[in-house]
Amino acid sequence: MLPMLTAIAIIVDGLGFSAWLFLSSVGLTLIYGVMRILNIAHGGFYALGAYSAAWSIGLYSQTGSTIALTFLLIPVAALVAGVVSGLLIERGILRFMYGKDEILMVLVTYAIFLVLEDVTKLIWGTDSYVAYQPAFYFGSIDVLGIPYTVYRFIVIGVAAVVGAALWWALNYTRSGKLLMVVIEDREVSASLGINVTLFFTVTFVVGAVLGAFGGAVAAPEISVTPGIGAEIIVLAFAVIVIGGMGSVGGAMIGAIIVGFARAFSVHVYPPAELFSIYLVMAVVLAFRPYGLFALAEGRKI
Amino acid sequence: MNNLDRTELGFIAALPLLIACGLLLPQWIVNYIHVSLGTGLVALGVMVQMRAGLVSFGQGLYFCIGGYAAGLAGRLWGLSDFFLLIALGIAAGLVVSFLLGFLLRRYRRIFYAMLSLAVSMILFGLLSSSEELGSTDGFNLPATSYLGWLPGQSVSGDVLYVATCIPTVICAILLHRFLRSPMGYVGEALRENEIRIEYLGMSARKAVHIIYVIAAVVSSIGGVLWAMALGHIDPEMTNWVTSAQFVFIAILSGIGNVAAPLFGTLLLEFIRVYAVEIAPDSWHIIVGSVMLLIIVFLPRGLWSLVSSNNGLKNKFTHRVKAASEPEGARS
Amino acid sequence: MTVVLETRGLEKRFDAVVAARDINAEIFESEVLGIIGSNGAGKTTFVNMVTGYLQPSSGQILYRGRDITGMETRDITRLGICRSFQIPQLFLELTALDNVLIALSVARERRPVLFRPVVTREIVDEALELLAKFRIEHVAHQEVTALPQGVRKLIDIAMATVANPDLLFLDEPTSGVSAEEKMDMMEVLISALQSTNTAVLFIEHDMEIIERFSPRVMAFYEGTILADGPTADVLRNEKVREFVVGQEFHRNGTAATMKGTA
Repeated sequence: MLPMLTAIAIIVDGLGFSAWLFLSSVGLTLIYGVMRILNIAHGGFYALGAYSAAWSIGLYSQTGSTIALTFLLIPVAALVAGVVSGLLIERGILRFMYGKDEILMVLVTYAIFLVLEDVTKLIWGTDSYVAYQPAFYFGSIDVLGIPYTVYRFIVIGVAAVVGAALWWALNYTRSGKLLMVVIEDREVSASLGINVTLFFTVTFVVGAVLGAFGGAVAAPEISVTPGIGAEIIVLAFAVIVIGGMGSVGGAMIGAIIVGFARAFSVHVYPPAELFSIYLVMAVVLAFRPYGLFALAEGRKI
Repeated sequence: MNNLDRTELGFIAALPLLIACGLLLPQWIVNYIHVSLGTGLVALGVMVQMRAGLVSFGQGLYFCIGGYAAGLAGRLWGLSDFFLLIALGIAAGLVVSFLLGFLLRRYRRIFYAMLSLAVSMILFGLLSSSEELGSTDGFNLPATSYLGWLPGQSVSGDVLYVATCIPTVICAILLHRFLRSPMGYVGEALRENEIRIEYLGMSARKAVHIIYVIAAVVSSIGGVLWAMALGHIDPEMTNWVTSAQFVFIAILSGIGNVAAPLFGTLLLEFIRVYAVEIAPDSWHIIVGSVMLLIIVFLPRGLWSLVSSNNGLKNKFTHRVKAASEPEGARS
Repeated sequence: MTVVLETRGLEKRFDAVVAARDINAEIFESEVLGIIGSNGAGKTTFVNMVTGYLQPSSGQILYRGRDITGMETRDITRLGICRSFQIPQLFLELTALDNVLIALSVARERRPVLFRPVVTREIVDEALELLAKFRIEHVAHQEVTALPQGVRKLIDIAMATVANPDLLFLDEPTSGVSAEEKMDMMEVLISALQSTNTAVLFIEHDMEIIERFSPRVMAFYEGTILADGPTADVLRNEKVREFVVGQEFHRNGTAATMKGTA
């Protein structure tokens, strides 16, 4: 049996990790689900979001004004970073490649990821950024003697809200329903007069903003350094593979599974941190080769 | 082995040339060639899979396994023998890939790419958090010996270089042979239509498994050679970013011939030296843009510029024509 | 006559949909057997089950008395049951000759051969001979993507015959081929296959072709076999005329290019 304190720590940290993972990977699964693009550049969006948030919080803090407003800076930074980079990439590169082989698109987005890495470096340099202010603004609360920042609980709440909002938008709005038609069959949707190109652009930008938001939300809790994009993409892959690529609900379940696996290993046997994530993934795939909520495939012959 | 074809003869002719380069060119250039021979073999491993339509974003796993097999043998048992280390690297790559192959062979396309990446990151996680193995710093290898002979400091570099050239060329020739063999053909077929393969009486999964293991073994050998050349190993070898570089090389150079990734590796190595000097923070922008340009404008890679039988399309036909030519009268 | 293949109570359900039900069929050595039925009648499902691509929900498949139900496609192929496809399953970016070469080399080797070149003059000659047998040797060096559907169909069938199968299923060999060419194509096909003692079963919508080439016919309707027997009898059968053949077909008629109803 685990000691009580460890169990509590695993639960709270597990939820915290899950929230962060969900925010960081839901854009990836959304873009895959709609556009059939496995977007490695998602790691780049995450980094852009983290840097722009950390940088703007840093600048703002120097003015000495109230820290409360930094909570506004986080989503704004993510929005600006995501919209600008997402639009540039989708309109400037990806739209010329639609209809190409899925695996080729992986290579294309990898190339974009490389470019984004250096763009980030060129803008913000190679030093690390720390923007802890928002994380401590609300202080911390004790859960059975272990102190946790209130910020962490806010992030958990935000992840839940984002998940619910996406679910509502996909299932209960007119655009969401039209999007389902686009996912089902691009050609038929186009002939029905649905503007498929617009849906693709919007989806990609939304995905990019979500990726940047994942980074921006994480920024106060981490040290923002070059390479965080390459790290997150690996975790995000694990999340969406477990959940089933293209499924928003799957991403949530995947994030919870990965988040708790990681929290468990961090508190019980830290060296196995990365290993535990992939162990869980291997176990899931052994039973469900394409994840928990895999998309169906049609008849071939 | 008789009936060598043009590529095989080319490699055999290239061996003395390569060795001569090592002895005549300035040391810093030779160092780059030396290192590229190791990484070139890993790129070859990526290329062999790509021929079957499988893109591995985790080939660094076997690069690392080879390197660590050699390194650990030195650290644990004080082994430094060139041949023994290569044998160990092959054995390690063989065992791991044979076992992992049972998982990977179920997947294709992006899933294959992602899972190969995931698997390589497991090793990355394990090595980075293992204090005994120097965690993220890795550790050094002892100087290489040869069947009990330890060359003196002044010649050890040259000896190792020559010793590295030989297995590299042998691997390249064997891989070329493999691509021409029935299994190599099945690889091509795998990329195009698996249903037909099953209906011809062959297991597509088994074919993937075989290709996976072959690619792994070549990459492990590359890892051993690279580790000996550098005298140092660290977990970065199996980071997915390293693996992605091998993918980049395969895309850049093309997969039309086994020589392409070897040249591609060397080319990239030299470009990197200058690019990093001129614009240290823009290297990835260059790499990324080149990759996009190649994908759009030169999908068969640089090799298609120098080769008469461009890439995949005419490859077999070309050979078939050559094979049936002596008969004449066929049109 | 020896029975090559027998199915007993074969059934296939996809959730609530029954694609095939109570299929009891016998196929005899070296016979030519036609299968008719509208689209969705279960013809391809039948072939998919017998060749191991689909697992039957229930029932048995016997090959020369041996139960092969549930075996993998590749093992069934190795036993000598081969097929061609409604949509040719080819290696599109390779030439016709390469396609046949791959088929030949796989059929030849039971264990994987890794380091011996596949292209020898003997095997190339053999591949060209096979193409010649189907009268398509002139396209040997052309890439499959550049070839018309009819030629692709012939390559597809040629590849199915490399192992000299005991039993060959042809799934709509003439679909996608123009009406004028159909007869010639079947002529080529049947004569190429007659030199072996392969039992041939072909799915066909054109009743003229059925009458001309298959002495026996099975009619499928909604997943079951509606009638099975000598072609003339089956085509005269009331139910077959009503549900399968339709009214536009007349016994001695000329206006007879049947299309599936769905």
